[in-house]
Parts: sequence; C-alpha cells; structure tokens
Amino acid sequence: MTAVDIARGVRAGSASATSIADAHLARIDEREPDVHAFNLVTPDVARAAAAEVDRKVAAGEDPGPLAGVPIAIKDNLCTDGIATTCSSKILEGWVPPYDATVVQRLVAAGAVPVGKTNLDEFAMGSSTENSAFGPTRNPVDLSRVPGGSSGGSAAAVAAGFAPLSLGSDTGGSIRQPAAFCGVVGVKPTYGLVSRYGLIAFASSLDQVGPFAATVADAALLLEVIAGHDPADATSIPQPAPAISEHLDDGVAGLRVGVISELMGEGIDPVIAAQVRAAADALAAAGATVTEVSVPAVTFGLSAYYLIAPAEASSNLARFDGVRYGLRVDAPTTNEMMVATRTQGFGPEVKRRIMLGTYALSAGYYDAFYGQAQKVRTLIARDFAAAYEEVDVLLSPTTPTTAFALGAIEDPLTMYLNDTCTIPTNLAGDAAMSVPFGADAAGLPVGVQILAPALGEVPMFRAAAVVEAAAPARPTGKDLR
Amino acid sequence: MTAAPALPTDSLGNTITVAESDDVLVVEAADGSRWELVCGLEVHAELATETKMFSGAPNHFGDDPNTNIDPVTLGLPGTLPVVNQQAVELAARFGCAIGATVQRSVFSRKNYFYPDMPKNFQISQYDQPIVVDGRLELPSGHVVGIERAHLEEDTGKSTHVGGAGRIKGAEYSLVDYNRAGVPLLEIVSRPHVRSAEQARQYVAELRSILVACAISDGKMEEGSMRVDANISVRREGSGELRTRCEIKNVNSLRSLVRAIEYEARRQADLHAAGQKVTQETRHWDENDGRTHTMRSKEEADDYRYFPEPDLVPVDLGAERVAEIAAALPLLPAARRHRLAGLTGEPVTAEAVVVTVERGQDDQALAAIEAGADAGRVLVHVVQNLAVDGGADLAPERLAELVKLETSGDLTATQAKQVLAELVADPSTTAAEVAKAKGFEAMDTGALESIVDGVINANPAEWEQFCAGDDKARKKLSGFFTGQIMKASKGQADGRAVAQLLAQRSAS
Repeated sequence: MTAVDIARGVRAGSASATSIADAHLARIDEREPDVHAFNLVTPDVARAAAAEVDRKVAAGEDPGPLAGVPIAIKDNLCTDGIATTCSSKILEGWVPPYDATVVQRLVAAGAVPVGKTNLDEFAMGSSTENSAFGPTRNPVDLSRVPGGSSGGSAAAVAAGFAPLSLGSDTGGSIRQPAAFCGVVGVKPTYGLVSRYGLIAFASSLDQVGPFAATVADAALLLEVIAGHDPADATSIPQPAPAISEHLDDGVAGLRVGVISELMGEGIDPVIAAQVRAAADALAAAGATVTEVSVPAVTFGLSAYYLIAPAEASSNLARFDGVRYGLRVDAPTTNEMMVATRTQGFGPEVKRRIMLGTYALSAGYYDAFYGQAQKVRTLIARDFAAAYEEVDVLLSPTTPTTAFALGAIEDPLTMYLNDTCTIPTNLAGDAAMSVPFGADAAGLPVGVQILAPALGEVPMFRAAAVVEAAAPARPTGKDLR
Repeated sequence: MTAAPALPTDSLGNTITVAESDDVLVVEAADGSRWELVCGLEVHAELATETKMFSGAPNHFGDDPNTNIDPVTLGLPGTLPVVNQQAVELAARFGCAIGATVQRSVFSRKNYFYPDMPKNFQISQYDQPIVVDGRLELPSGHVVGIERAHLEEDTGKSTHVGGAGRIKGAEYSLVDYNRAGVPLLEIVSRPHVRSAEQARQYVAELRSILVACAISDGKMEEGSMRVDANISVRREGSGELRTRCEIKNVNSLRSLVRAIEYEARRQADLHAAGQKVTQETRHWDENDGRTHTMRSKEEADDYRYFPEPDLVPVDLGAERVAEIAAALPLLPAARRHRLAGLTGEPVTAEAVVVTVERGQDDQALAAIEAGADAGRVLVHVVQNLAVDGGADLAPERLAELVKLETSGDLTATQAKQVLAELVADPSTTAAEVAKAKGFEAMDTGALESIVDGVINANPAEWEQFCAGDDKARKKLSGFFTGQIMKASKGQADGRAVAQLLAQRSAS
C-alpha cells in the first residue's frame, strides 16, 4: 500500500493506523535480520503514534496528511527521547532532548515512526558499509550494497518496512541509494527543508529529503517537511510548495535537457541507455528534449572533496567526550579528547577530518578551500545558464548499479559513485532519482531529474511521467 | 632587485600608523637608552541583550551554573545558530557612536579545541566585521582610531578543582555554560595609545559610551568588559614597529596602567640588552605586578577560519543604520564640548571632564541656564555635589543657591553648608536654609566694627600691611582676613573684607 492510500484510508476511517503499524512491524520482524536497515526499531513509539491517530479519527479531529503512514527516519536526525547515533561509536547511547524540525512536522502530520535507519558513519560514504554497527544490505539483492549514505532509509522502503523514509543528501546520499534500491529519492532545493536537528556533515550542502516507493508518495512527504523554519538561518522564508496537485499536469511544452557531460565516459552504457529511454518517454508525452552542456559539472567531485571535508572537520569538532556520547578517560582533558576521538570515529570519518583540516590550514586555504568555492560558483553559473534553455535536466543518478558488499575498497573509487549527484548539492538546486528499469542482472537503474532552485513542481511533473513510462520494477530475488 | 619590504598592515589590510601625541610614555633602559610606548587595545564587551548571540537562552550574569542553557548553547548535535537581531542593532549603535562605517558583515568559524567552548569553534567575524574605521576622542583631547568592532559569542567558564586551582595539576574540572554564547563585541583600537594614562582614559571613555548607549553594562569586575593590551616599544623618536606582546587578564583600570608600565620597561630592557622580544601572549599577575608567558605565537594557533555555513551575511541596510544613528543619545565627548562651550572652560578642563564623567553635566547646564554663574556651578558640582544624592539635586535649587552667593548674600563657606542641607532635605530652598542658619548678609556697620577691632588688636601687623611691598601685603592680607572671618564666625563676605582693608590702609 502506498502512503497516499494509507493516509486516505486512515483519514476516512476505513483503515486503522494501529493495524497498519502492526503489519509493518511484522514485516520488519521477518526481514530486518537479513537487511539490517535499522539501528533501532521503535515499536512502542510506532504503536503509540498509531493509537493517537486512531483516537483523533474516532474523535473527529484532523489526524494530519500523513495519518497512520509508517515512516523510517535516518539515524542522523534527532528524535526526542530516542537514541540518535549517526552510526558512530562516538554517539552510542546519546539520547537527544529535542526533535529535529522535520521530525516535529512528521509527528504533527500523523506519521508513525517505526525506527532509526542505518547510514555510513556521519553520512560519509556511498555504501552504508562505513556504519559502526555493520552494513545494510540491498533488499533487491542481499549480496549487494544499498548505496549510501542513506542506505538504511532506501532499504527500509525497498523492503516494505515503511512506505516512506527520511534521508539526508550532501553529495548524493539520498539519490544514489534510491537508484541502487529501486525507489524514489528526492534532494530538495537547499533551504527548502529545515536542517535543524539534522546532525551536520557539511552544512552548506546537507539537505533532508524523502524516500518513497512512488513519486506521489515522495511529493506528499516533501509537502509535509518543507517550508520555512526560523530555527534554521539558511531556511528559505516561504511556505512549502504545493506539488501533489500538479503531478498529473503532464509535460507538454516542458523543456528537458540531457546533460551531455554525464552520458559518456565512466557511465555504464546500460544506464545511459535507460536515461535516453526516459528522455524519449518525456518527448512522447509532449516535452522538448535536447542535449545540454553543463561543462563545470566535471569539476564537481574535486570541489566537493575539499568543501565537504572542510566543513565536516569543523562540524565534527564538538564530539570530544566532554558533554555527551563516548568518553575515553585519560589523565588530561586534551588526552581524553584525543583518545575519545581516536576510538569513537571510524577510518572514513578520520580521513575526511584530516582532509578538511588540511584544506583550511593557514597557507593552504586559498589553494584548496578558496579555489573550491570558486569552482562551486562556476558550477552554479553553468547550471543557471543551462536552466535559461531548459526547465529540467536529465542524467543518470549513478555511474553503475549496486555493487557487491566489499567490492570497493579504494576510497577514491568509492567517491566516483557520486559524480552525477554532487554538482546539484554544490549549486544548491533540486534533483531526484526515479527508478527506470534494470540492468542485465536485474538490478535497478535510477534516472536523475534535476531542476533549478525551487523548481520542485516541474521536476515532479517530469518524474511522474518518467515513473509511468518505466519498465517493470525489478523484483528483489532475495525478497521474493 | 629586491622588492621594498611590505609595510605592516592591520586585520583589514590598512597600513599601520602610530599616532603622534604630546603624552608619550618613555622608559629609560638600564643602559640609559630611551624607549617609547606603542600600544593598541582590544576590548571585549558583553552586550546587554535579553538572550544569547545565537539562541533564545537567557543572557544573565550570576545565576546558578548551567541554568541559562539550551541545546544550541551546549552545541548539541544537530543544533543551528540564529543571529540575535538585538545584538546586531547594539553593535551598529556602537559603530554609529564612534563615527564608524557600519557594513554588511559575515560570520566565520574560529576553530580550536577547548572544553568550555561547546562546539570547539567560536562563531566570530573575521574579514568582514560589522563595524570598521571609527574614532574615539579622549578627555585629554587625544584621538584613538578604532580599526574594527565585530560580533562573536563568549565561551563558558571552567573551574579547576584540586591542585592550585589551575588546569595543570587539577583533579578535575567543572564547566559552567551560562556564559557560553553570550554576545560579545570585540573592539580593536589602532596602535594610537601612547601612554598608560591614555589607555586608562580610552577604556573609561569606551565604557561611558557603552553604558550611555545601553550597549553593555560595562562592569569590568563582572567580566562584562575585558581588556587585552598589545604592547611594543621603539627607540624614542623613531618610526619603527617592533615585536609586540599581547597582555591578558587585566581586570581593572589600575591593573591596565600597571601592566602597561611594567611591560614597556621589560621590553625596553630586553631591547637595550640586545635580546629578542618574542611575539607571545602574556598574563598579567596582579600579585607580583609582572607579566608572564602564557603561550608563544611560534607554537602558533591556526584557527582555520572559514565563513560560517549555517548563517547568512548580516546587512542592516543604510536606512536602518541612519535611524540608529539618529536615535543615539548625547555621548560623553559631545557633552564635554557642550559644557565647555557654555561655561567658557577648555574642553579638557578637569571640572568639565569630571562633571561629564559623573553624569552631572545636565544638572550643571540646567542650573547655568536658570541664570547661575557657570564657574560657581562647576565648582559646587565638582567639589560639593560628589556626595550621595548630590546628583539628584534639582538644578533650580542649585541655581538659587549660586545666585545668593554671587549677590553677596552668602559667603562661599556658607554656600557650601547650605548646599549640604539642600541635598539632605529636598523640601527646602536655599533662602530658607540660609535664614534658618542665621546666614544673613552682615550689614556694613557691623563688618566695619569687626574689621576695625581686628586692626586695633594687631597694630604691628597693620603697620607692616600698610607699608609693605606686594608680597608682604599679600601675606598679611591672608592673616587679617582669617582673623576677621574668625571674629565674624565665618559670616563676613570675603570681597567686602578685602575692600574694607584696602580702604582703611589707604586712608
């Protein structure tokens, strides 16, 4: 059942939120040991939320637009009274005293939180193998990774643990796992969704966004979490856009551009072919499709791996054992901080802290961080120029389909996974991944639809058409 | 060909210039060489806001530890800063008060690890501060340039338990985060301070401005105003700039004066002995009256500044800044000029400076405007109204008193006594008090008989008075006046006495 269907049924009183929650919790009990999508399943929280929705419906009160819809929450979003770990030993056992703004909005909308999902430690990774609590497996093929860093959230939707989940996307961490797991994943415009309560990786790039099995479900969730939040100074001061009412508008007259730089070298030809098929489907539905050049996207990865680690090195400085989380005792405060951070952080987090510290150091700032910011400006400018010509852009979400657990050991090769997704974060624009067919092994392929800042409505209109034209969704052989 | 050495520049890239002054501290080293002071001051003022710089937690001094905190103050994972608009307005108000440019500003992160700093970075302003290029006129008339003033957040406070109460050797440490996140304005002067007295006046004047504009409560003893001094010396009369040291832990104006004098001498002796002054941060020790090395700049902090990505630039806009400037209260320097203009005293006169410093210039001006003699008003305000309640004396009552004095109805001594009564009892008038005390102008006949009595009782002195040169005459005039005052129980008018003595000696 889709989120739209569940909410409609519960609101109408024809379905019980409690029984829907129970059904999803049973599904989790059955499949979670194989998938490991969650760091923590919260049956008590889910049942209490469901009961409250049922009570409201019975009392004639408005239970909210997500009434009774089970949702999984990435474990880097703070949940009041519920452990939040970022899949890091350094936060093991920490219980936030407050809810992230998006979590408040979910609860107010009647959603039913079923658990906190696994991620690459502090959202740094593309496979969810960097979790301190063990990897998540791809429900489509348990020998493969679900992508990352929001691998747990993607897997939770793909495995049917919840119709919706929340992830965060700094360089592709929603879209890449969505593509790998065959679900819809949205990276909203920077500032559209509040970051208050999202444990920061790279503040100028992070954005919270939805996973869903369908485009309509993703739109429903985005409408709930988007909109101005005074607690986030980078939040855009305007209300959430109305997206759902435009999903059936079609794409007649919409100008679509395929990004030429992301269709050649390094991209699996099968995936490029699926992108062209999606473009054809849009053309068939009345869109104008052209090939568009966005030259600076090829520099995205280099700029990203200076800016994101630089911000991370500062954001992660607060994990020092003084106030919360892990503390490894030592004779002096300084030694305690060093011991705590040495034991608490995993290797990828340490690597990025070191990279970022170096990039910001006196004498290197201009050559590294400063230069990367200039490249970032170029990328934004090239996108802006492209959006003079077209309304939305099209590209692969990922260069390959899901790879096997343990297959990629070299960090640089792993970073290449985000080649197609990173430029959007640098530009602060919107993008989403929509499942479109499969490769020869039956593994899902994702098509990325990109839009300028606050271009969510045309982006979703194109997504709805691509979704409708998509070849049959791959059926998970492990979950069959 | 080698390029000319670049001139040293300040944090905004401007060439560093040292102000000329007619009051320069010069110390003589052991070898007789003479060295003059070059000093710049950094003042941290806690802003008098309701809430903290980046969160809604209360900004209040003296509460129980860790009560004025919230998730943002503690830097809990996921929290974000939001700029306090009131703090921005107060910073802009300061900028307007010192005639500076108030500009679009950007927050940056200053990264370093310290347990009382919850995020292990401080949100501050770096290359784009809110206030640039102001000036402060001291009571002495000397002008100190202000390079910049920027907004930042304060740190928490550590208490080290066990050992000597210092971090080294302590058994454990406790941290109070009440102060963490309190808004600070860091005010950086140019190296225009040339003497310890100028430093004292600069800090006192800043404090007056901050208090007058309700920007800060300016309480040095509560740490809401903290001063660091950047000190170097150079050969007297030279134009060079030598290595400087930053002196911290200066907790009062008196310590500031002592620390500057000590440090200038220490550096002069090092230079004179051919030794190197190391660029470093030094700690002033009130007990032994010396500065001690805290940390050397060579093991340098690299703060890895970068723009704070969680905040957007702050820009009040020219219109709002103009409104803030227009709403400023009258500031100390302007008050001094106003009082000087009305009294005819120089603006640097002590009476003018003290009256304004005590906040009694409005009282003095109103009394003068009510027709009282300006000189006598200032004398009474400075000398006789420095008492409890003195500042509250209604100007018209002061004016009435001064008029009685200048008309000869009261002597200076009587006026002082009447004034004390006026302060003690707000329901009285000067005339009533004078009457009650029996201070009525002595009639001429009564005064003449007292004067003649004193002359007759001291014939030898009188002969000398009449025959003496100016010097002897002046001396004896004091003697006779004293005797006459005594005989009249202080009720004789000094001018009338002088007139009578002159008249009698001429006849």
